[in-house]
Amino acid sequence: MSIRERMSGNEAVATAMRQINPDVMPAFPITPSTEVPQYFSKYVADGNVNTEFIPVESEHSAMSAAIGAQAAGARTMTATSSCGLALMWEMLYVASSMRLPITMALINRALTGPININADHSDSMGARDTGWIQIYSETNQEAYDNYIQAVKIAEDPRVMLPAMVCQDGFITSHAVENIELLEDDKVKAFVGEYNPEDYLLNSARPIAHGPYDTANFYMEHKVQQANAMMKARQVIKEVAKDYEKLTGRKYSFFEEYKMQDADVAIVVINSTAGTAKEAVDELRAEGKKVGLIKIRVFRPFPFDELKYSLTGKKVVGVMDKCEGFSGAGGPLFAEVRSALYDSHDRPEMFNYVYGLGGRDVTVDTIKCVFNELLYEAHAKQLIENQVEIAYNPELLLAHTSDFEVGRVYRHLGVRG
Amino acid sequence: MKNKNGRIIDETITWQEITPGGVVYEAGSAENFKTGDWRTMKVDFIEENCKQCLLCIPVCPDSAIPVKDGKRLDFDQDHCKGCGVCFAVCPFKAIEFTKA
Repeated sequence: MSIRERMSGNEAVATAMRQINPDVMPAFPITPSTEVPQYFSKYVADGNVNTEFIPVESEHSAMSAAIGAQAAGARTMTATSSCGLALMWEMLYVASSMRLPITMALINRALTGPININADHSDSMGARDTGWIQIYSETNQEAYDNYIQAVKIAEDPRVMLPAMVCQDGFITSHAVENIELLEDDKVKAFVGEYNPEDYLLNSARPIAHGPYDTANFYMEHKVQQANAMMKARQVIKEVAKDYEKLTGRKYSFFEEYKMQDADVAIVVINSTAGTAKEAVDELRAEGKKVGLIKIRVFRPFPFDELKYSLTGKKVVGVMDKCEGFSGAGGPLFAEVRSALYDSHDRPEMFNYVYGLGGRDVTVDTIKCVFNELLYEAHAKQLIENQVEIAYNPELLLAHTSDFEVGRVYRHLGVRG
Repeated sequence: MKNKNGRIIDETITWQEITPGGVVYEAGSAENFKTGDWRTMKVDFIEENCKQCLLCIPVCPDSAIPVKDGKRLDFDQDHCKGCGVCFAVCPFKAIEFTKA
């Protein structure tokens, strides 16, 4: 029997960590992830875990300590947000290239400047190329479930890569919601013991970690690392299947919501998906064929699955809670659009950069997006029927007062 | 240096065979890396002047002076980087320090 509880997203991941009972946790507090090490240090003080908690002097040190501990053979976890992740940058690459399956709770927050403490995805999106597995969570329940699965995925001998489990700062991390927890022993049994093949404290086979690699060998190591990321796809599926057997909760690379007969869809990450599902329901009640895809696994990126799911849709709006500064759209947009390049029936695709620095996103905001996309779908249909139409920005503005940058690259709710 | 299957890691190794994360499964493998050609100055051992006081041994930053049965031998020129510290401490002019 699972345990019914109510708690915040931060407490949910801290609880998952307590149940897993890692060997080492180095962490440095930063809003809004501070509660995670705070809860955890209480578990340590109360004797609920036998983890070595290291209160380090910075996030760079937190990740460095995590690397040292994991290389020594200890299961290691940490938590951070925003600038904390930015300060870890150098060490994020070291962790993944040393093939150390560290897990981290990342509580998404905007990056400075101007200084802002609220949710957006600039921090984790900036770390998308660091070689970490990235799993995103809509709710506290998903943050909890994803964290338990992440440990098993990361430590699989076919993978051996670090993983970060992301959730939106404050919106998910601090809002208290209902949750179903597993019993401690079930979580322990699910993740099992961490038994790396090689580790620094193994006196039977001494090893050295992190040597210098000349140009003659570096590329082979990078290909090996990329291959592990590709293999992670299969492992993610297997772990989700096992987790479903245990909990009845189904996980995949992404969640499809009312997608089957949808003409128009949006692609979204994290907590906004909850709001967007409500918008989908309201528009469905009006007879509009809309649906949504919520990305759960961003690294490895589910190219094939997204292509399969979005092929044949008329119009797709990709929602980026991160600017990206490519000057041509956010990071999620670039990758989703790229996934559809080989499709035989490509949808038209629009990018919405939204909710930066925690700007509020309501059901009406998402409905505005859908109405714009439905307008685009209508225009596309007229063109396909060879009806001559003039592109009518007035019609677009009737639904929304959004400022447009170009035709497909749009900033939602920006004044001016 | 070898991988776990005993395959020597050289320029012909494939990505499938190279050790994950660049882990080194061998102690003291730095010895295989010849660094002697980095130097711009070199030392020469003048054996007849040497009193075997062994003052040069602890000051060598690179273990480039082998010791056997309590006596120093000639320099390990594959690893000596020509820093000249041994030359500076030698009281008996048993070490010459010249351009390489």
